[in-house]
Amino acid sequence: MWQFFHKLASPKFFYDFSSRLIFWFSVLTIILMASGLYMGLVEAPPDYQQKDSYRIMFIHVPAAWMSMFVYMVMAVTGAINLIWRIKLADIISMSCAPIGASFTFLALITGSIWGKPMWGTWWVWDARLTSELILLFLYLGYMALRASIEDKTNASRAAAVLALVGVVNIPIIHYSVEWWNTLHQGPTVTKLDKPSIHTSMLIPLLLMAFAFKTYFASVLLMRARTELLVREFRSGWVKKVLSE
Amino acid sequence: MTFAEFIDMGGYGTYVWSSYGIALVVLAANVVVPLLNARKQKRELAGKLRRMENS
Repeated sequence: MWQFFHKLASPKFFYDFSSRLIFWFSVLTIILMASGLYMGLVEAPPDYQQKDSYRIMFIHVPAAWMSMFVYMVMAVTGAINLIWRIKLADIISMSCAPIGASFTFLALITGSIWGKPMWGTWWVWDARLTSELILLFLYLGYMALRASIEDKTNASRAAAVLALVGVVNIPIIHYSVEWWNTLHQGPTVTKLDKPSIHTSMLIPLLLMAFAFKTYFASVLLMRARTELLVREFRSGWVKKVLSE
Repeated sequence: MTFAEFIDMGGYGTYVWSSYGIALVVLAANVVVPLLNARKQKRELAGKLRRMENS
C-alpha cells in the first residue's frame, strides 16, 4: 500500500498512471451523468411545491458540494506541500483552483436562476449566498496570488497559506443555514437525520454528485499532467514523452 | 409526457434549461481548456528541447 503511494509520487509513474485514470474516470462520468440526467429530468416527478423548477437542484447542489470539496483538496494538498515539500501535492493544489472556481461560479449562477422564480429575486445578501461568494473570491485570490509571485516555490507556499486560512469559510458555508435565519433552505441530504427528500429525487441527485466527483478527478489530472511536464522539463522521461 | 411538455418544464423551462446550458458550457470549458493547453505546452517544450540540443 505505502509502496504504491511512493511510486505514485514519482513523476514518471504518475504521468503514465494518470492517463489510464483519466480514461476510466471519464467513462464513469459519462455513465453516471447520463443516468442521473435521465432520472432527474425525465423520471423524477415534479415537486409538490416548486413544481419542475426544483430540477435545477441536480446541477446546483452537486456544484455547491464540489465547490467545498475541491477547496478542501486544494488546502490539504497545499498543507502537504508546506510540510513535506512534495512537488506533486503542489501541482494538485494549483490545478484545483480554476476547477473549484468553476464549480463555485456554477453553484452561484444556478442558485440565482433558481432563486428568481422561487424567492422572487436573483440575489439576496443572505449568509449562505454571501459565504459562497467569499469562496469564489478565495479561489480567485489564490490564483492571483500565485500569478503575482515570480519565484515558483515562494508562490506555492504563499498560496498554500492563503488556502489554509480560507478553510475557516467552509464550515461557515455549511452551517450558515442553521446559524442564521436565511432565505436559503436548510440541508435535506447532508445531515445526521434521514434525508428529507424522496428516493425518486435523491437517487438522481447522488448520481449527479458522483458524476461531478469523477468529472473533477479527470479534469484535475488533465491539468496536473501538463503542469508536471512543464516542471519536470529537464528530466529524461519528459524528453521521451515529448519525442513520441 | 410529450416533448413540448418536457421542454416547457411546467412553465419553468427558461430557468431550468438556462441552468443546464450554463452548466454544460462551464463543464465543457474545463475539458477543452486543459486539452488545448496540453497541446500548446507540449509544442513549446519540444521546441525548447530542440533549441537546447542544437546549441
